[in-house]
Amino acid sequence: MMSSNPVFRVTTKILFAPIIVYGLYVQFHGDFGPGGGFQAGVIIAAAFILYGLVFGMVALRKLAPPRIVALFMAIGVMIYGGVGVVSLLNGGNYLDYNALDHHDPAHGQHLGILLVELGVGVTVTSVMMVLFFAFAGYGDPKAEDDGGQG
Amino acid sequence: MFDFIASHWNYLIVVVLMLIGLYIVMSRQNLVKKLVGLSIFQTALFLFYITLGRIDGGTAPIINPDVDYVYSNPLPHVLILTAIVVGVATTALGLALTLRINDAFGSIEEDEILAAKAEDGLIEEKKS
Amino acid sequence: MTSVMINIFLVSLMVVIAVMVVRTHRLFAVIVMSGAYSLISAAMFVNLDAVDVAFTEAAVGAGISTVLLLAAMARLPAEEKPLKTNVIGPLAVVAIVGALLVTAVVDLPAFGSADAPAHTHVAPRYLAESDAKLHIPNVVTTVLASYRGFDTLGETIVIFAAGLGVLLLLAGKTKTQLPDYSKPKTARSATRPKASSSPKKTRQSSAKKKKAAKKGSSS
Repeated sequence: MMSSNPVFRVTTKILFAPIIVYGLYVQFHGDFGPGGGFQAGVIIAAAFILYGLVFGMVALRKLAPPRIVALFMAIGVMIYGGVGVVSLLNGGNYLDYNALDHHDPAHGQHLGILLVELGVGVTVTSVMMVLFFAFAGYGDPKAEDDGGQG
Repeated sequence: MFDFIASHWNYLIVVVLMLIGLYIVMSRQNLVKKLVGLSIFQTALFLFYITLGRIDGGTAPIINPDVDYVYSNPLPHVLILTAIVVGVATTALGLALTLRINDAFGSIEEDEILAAKAEDGLIEEKKS
Repeated sequence: MTSVMINIFLVSLMVVIAVMVVRTHRLFAVIVMSGAYSLISAAMFVNLDAVDVAFTEAAVGAGISTVLLLAAMARLPAEEKPLKTNVIGPLAVVAIVGALLVTAVVDLPAFGSADAPAHTHVAPRYLAESDAKLHIPNVVTTVLASYRGFDTLGETIVIFAAGLGVLLLLAGKTKTQLPDYSKPKTARSATRPKASSSPKKTRQSSAKKKKAAKKGSSS
């Protein structure tokens, strides 16, 4: 197990939080530089995958239970769709961000893009983690007993 | 002829990469190698589209209002962002199918899978 | 001029890696090479002014794709068997497709020309409006999330569907029992799931029914 090697263990513990902070930075600065939901989602998922590779799948399943991660997959898509529905309720077309803020359409666009990218980021993070759980835990009888993904 | 190659060389090299990817998918019988070849083909295709959007003397399409730059066309970038993520989704599903095929038939080589299917009676044995 | 030389260098590196993927038989090496290919293509994207795309390709292609392939390789045989089929067919098809593609390339405008038809229509409007009306500098983000928001919704649903598909395939209580690969093949086939007889009956004519019945009883 890789966690017996002190270099891996210490480096992962030090790097885990900065990777997630960098992922959040990329997510929210997608308006001003390269970035956005997809890249941020992959970066945050990479932090968790690194943790899983070094400390083992059991520790990763305790940190991020697979059922909750799979739930976030759907929550991300619903955030995206929900922004469109809020636009509908406010009187505009579906996914028309101008309707999100009647006094200042540009601010409505900002808000709409922020929420939509958030939805995309949440979806991509959880899907990448679900893929990793499914591939790395395949054929592992403990994964099923744990109520892993079931 | 030579000025055609000089002005279109990027497209031609990308076509070569696409053909190598297509050859891997068609000729190799190992399923994982086919998936890798498909991914090579897709990446070459993305290069082709991005090359279409490039403008000489242009820069990345992030607008700086103070300076008067020429910006490269942002539309292919958006298309390809979508395509990259869809590509990885396809690869993941293909790999999941490969794992299950390996479980069911004991191998990931196409000819051995066909032989195992014929042995099970799932398909007619082809006399080649 | 340096940008052209960097272009040529990176692209020839990609061609070399692609040819090596064709020739290598060890699958771990093939996967690492595909990761290197994705990373070099990300460098090419930066050279072609597509910084968002380069970011995504480096993260997704060189990162996630390689990790997934390696994770799957833990349960798959590690070597490709030598080629048994004829390569003349694929080579002929590849040659024909190549000829067609080169014919299409002839009609394209020169690389980097500013008056290509691709740069008319909506692109100048997006570039102009993105900062003036929306006050967001990154045009790719505004086009992705606002001007072409429906496409991104579809893409998010596609990613979700991929995660759902992998969950259905790999993470359920209906997995087949892994066969024992230490036994020879004929003993192994006893653990494989048997095909049911009904699909065969609907597909075959009466003349072949006897042959199928004989095969079904002997396996």
